[in-house]
Amino acid sequence: MKPIGRVNRVLGPVVHASGVTGARMMELVEVGADRLIGEIVRLDGDEIVIQVYEDTTGLAPGAPVYGSGHPLSVELGPGLIGSVYDGVQRPLDRLKAGGYLIRRGVRVPSLDREKAWIFEPCVKPGDLLRGGAVLGTVQETERISHRVLVPPSLGGAVKHAAEPGLYRVEETIAVLETESGEIALTMMQRWPVRHPRPIAGRVVADRPLLTGQRVIDTLFPVAKGGTVVVPGGFGTGKTSVEHQLAKWSDADIVVYIGCGERGNEMTHVLREFPRLSDPWTGRPLMERTVLIANTSNMPVAAREASIYTGITLAEYYRDQGYHVAVMADSTSRWAEALRELSGRMEEMPAEEGFPAYLPTRLAEFYERGGQVKTLSGKEGSITIVGAVSPPGGDFSEPVTQHTKRFVRCFWALDRDLANARHYPAISWMDSYSEYVPDVTPWWTEKGDAEWAGLRREIMELLQKEARLQQVVKLVGADVLPDSQRLILEVCDLFKNTFLQQSAFDAVDAYSTVEKQVKMLKLIVTFYRLGRNALDQGATLIKIKRMRILKEIRRMKFNVSNEEVFKLDDLQSRLEREMGRLGEIYGGFQSS
Amino acid sequence: MADSNHPDLSRREYVGIDRLEGPLLFISGIHDVGYHELVEIHTPEGPERLGLVLETSKGAAVVQVYEGTTNLSLKDTSVRFQGEPLRLPVAREMLGRIFDGLGRPMDGAPAPVAREILDVNGLPVNPAARTYPTRFIQTGISAIDGMNTLVRGQKLPVFSGSGLPHNQVAAQIVRQARLKDENESFSIVFCAMGVKHDVARSFMTHFQETGVLENVVMFFSLADAPSVERLVTPRTALTMAEYLAFHENRHVLVVLTDMTNYCEALREVSTLRGEIPSRKSYPGYLYSDLASIYERAGMVEHASGSITQMPILTMPNDDISHPVPDLTGYITEGQIVLEREMHQRGIYPPIAGLPSLSRLMKDGIGPGMTREDHPRIASQLFAAYARVKDVRALASVIGEEELTPLDLTYLKFGDAFEQQFLSQAEDENRSIEQTLDLGWKVISILPREELQRVSDEDLMQYYGK
Repeated sequence: MKPIGRVNRVLGPVVHASGVTGARMMELVEVGADRLIGEIVRLDGDEIVIQVYEDTTGLAPGAPVYGSGHPLSVELGPGLIGSVYDGVQRPLDRLKAGGYLIRRGVRVPSLDREKAWIFEPCVKPGDLLRGGAVLGTVQETERISHRVLVPPSLGGAVKHAAEPGLYRVEETIAVLETESGEIALTMMQRWPVRHPRPIAGRVVADRPLLTGQRVIDTLFPVAKGGTVVVPGGFGTGKTSVEHQLAKWSDADIVVYIGCGERGNEMTHVLREFPRLSDPWTGRPLMERTVLIANTSNMPVAAREASIYTGITLAEYYRDQGYHVAVMADSTSRWAEALRELSGRMEEMPAEEGFPAYLPTRLAEFYERGGQVKTLSGKEGSITIVGAVSPPGGDFSEPVTQHTKRFVRCFWALDRDLANARHYPAISWMDSYSEYVPDVTPWWTEKGDAEWAGLRREIMELLQKEARLQQVVKLVGADVLPDSQRLILEVCDLFKNTFLQQSAFDAVDAYSTVEKQVKMLKLIVTFYRLGRNALDQGATLIKIKRMRILKEIRRMKFNVSNEEVFKLDDLQSRLEREMGRLGEIYGGFQSS
Repeated sequence: MADSNHPDLSRREYVGIDRLEGPLLFISGIHDVGYHELVEIHTPEGPERLGLVLETSKGAAVVQVYEGTTNLSLKDTSVRFQGEPLRLPVAREMLGRIFDGLGRPMDGAPAPVAREILDVNGLPVNPAARTYPTRFIQTGISAIDGMNTLVRGQKLPVFSGSGLPHNQVAAQIVRQARLKDENESFSIVFCAMGVKHDVARSFMTHFQETGVLENVVMFFSLADAPSVERLVTPRTALTMAEYLAFHENRHVLVVLTDMTNYCEALREVSTLRGEIPSRKSYPGYLYSDLASIYERAGMVEHASGSITQMPILTMPNDDISHPVPDLTGYITEGQIVLEREMHQRGIYPPIAGLPSLSRLMKDGIGPGMTREDHPRIASQLFAAYARVKDVRALASVIGEEELTPLDLTYLKFGDAFEQQFLSQAEDENRSIEQTLDLGWKVISILPREELQRVSDEDLMQYYGK
């Protein structure tokens, strides 16, 4: 790299330089003797403004700025899975060798250059390849077969293809005869993070992302390739929801972006994921996870970049034909980083000091999700679950409001539920999912034909209950007739046994589709038969005293996913007992 | 790296400055100085002052003066740039001593001989090199140990209001905090920002009386010290804590009081610099700035010590959604909330049952750490107490007479929970077993069928005993 100009002003992470020629917008530069990395965010004559990804303490006017000629990019290739990177893809696990602190100006390549991978080619000389075609595979982890792709912009005939064997990421594995001459391909490629990787086209997202979380899968499902926002004040469990999804969802790959959050949370993931295995393949979770950790005390500009770094890695695996889930915790911190940098660049603020381009940036980010047909004709998807941390828990603030416009699923976390330690604290009144009609065919065919009907019925009951609660708050539950109090009872049962789900209980942490439907059916049946019994003259007291109720309350803990047949037994016993109750009173009435 | 281009110019002294405004000093016609460089300011009379470069451009700089600009003149003031950021000389002999916000002795004794000199701004800890905190700290306070358990390496703030006994609670925690089964006590770093002299004195007397004084380092930037000094005080204190924890392998408890004063000083400087304000005129970078303080806690793989942080802040107007408690809550691992209503009813400690939370609790309790039933009984107490709040709200509308017998039982439980479980004397040190047994005693007021969050085995072993 050569010097392209000199620093003339330092304002925290924003650095001005002058005397610059030949710079490009968004070009990656290095600043000063420590070679701090940054990006050019404004060009004005021979003056540039750089946003620097590292702490600028000690940087003085007159320091040189070096140009790189290319935008901020990430390295893509085998070795990403299981890694933990900072916001500009520096490998934190390998930086550790130099001590527990992150020092400035350290450079370690993102992909390990020394590690050799077993490459299995699937092309031969003479094959015509287009951008995005598969050159061969590498078994990256036990469960992920990494498909090495031709970079999207290239195409041509294969001149030479490597033999199967051990290769490092920078070694040539194929030579391509392109229009602009021969190009040697390696297992590694670079991609600028702010540009979406190209695709062949979008397809409808109609399969649910199964999460094993009952309130999500049953009430507010998200499709593979869908976008979700999870807003919640502090302590309402945003991070727990993100963690549960990272652990239990049936995505092939999970990219977890810890953006401006706590250091200990990332440590927790790093300690826990290698020990846990997911229910789909039984392999350790770390074998499908990439972590991006730019904690709150790490430089703010790199926090802004971390979201893009994460989504670019996700796109790379999507292009290989995988279903990827991106957890972004928290997009508010990213928006705040944007605000901080915008403020230092003295831009005109819009709402609450956020720059006017905040909605545009949010839309760009969420549009990178979706179910697609890749360049090589495979199907892949990116599901984005973005947490939002609204100040004071107030959902009317700009980040929540703008994000809502660009996503189709909204899981609102409720402070009162969290205070009562009802987790996940996803509010059944404020949340919604536009994916319900999209995924209903899947549920009907592959899940359970009754799902849609049961779901509608319980949602209706919850609405009724909310209205009844208003009355109860004023006059108490005692004045209501038994038929209405039954609704209160059933909803209470539904909330405690179904919606509430313990992340720490080995049995309860994850529920299969089967278990969810059977549990739901038990509760709805309880209501239907209870209504009948009441109509026939039974009293609510009698219904509440049924011994089977206690078993229903404990079913989530006592019936594991492997023995859901026990719920069928419970179902038939419930029907018998309720039937008997009805008969007794029905008998009285007719005699 | 600073001044690598002008080695001969560093430490040059300039006489005369351009402009003074609040704590800010504007100077031009100088060599190119580094961002965040330390500055010495001399006047013909009076002691030397220290400052920090907030902004640097070709031949000019904006300097924030920690001691304030009172009495400075444009003509007679001379400025010398140090070519490096503010650094704190540290040594374990600093235990038992009192320093000002910049680390200069305030107790009349000479400055200790430095073993190391550290940059007060610190560097971010690599999250991959952290150790996850799981060791239970027994504070002897039931509301904390039972319901919002503190673990070693956690950052758990106290959200208080003016007039509430946060200082007493903090002092009690400092005095009683122990690891279970270990008698090793904590080294304490006490950092006071903008608090009154008598508050500082009461803490000092307290440390003296309990005989822990030789284990405490104190950093004072009291209410009458210039407000900008508060901006560096927590960083100085945490640099000391990091030295003790990660170089000397001690377990350190850091008390920072009062973070609201810190944030106000930050707002003051930000406004003077004409920065674009965010909520309630606090700067947009308040979150990042607070994180650079709160994240300096925890444990690392490279050392056996730890930093447990307990920041105290007063919520303006008891408003938990005010930016200071709000952003703090987003960074720290939970919060202990003090409630005025409980305080008025004479409950000590007035730790609010529901809004208080410890995020690291789940990994520090249970078999082998506290007791097998702990997670479930805590969850049950939370759930039952939430119901009590609902019943009380209902009772205030329809009157207690109209309540169902079950609701009345809940009211009885609520009173017992507050009077027996949450309340305790200022010098009462309960073991975790006592706390849990007490929890079972009050929950047993409720009928067995109501307890859905505990297991059948728990009920058999503890219910009604």
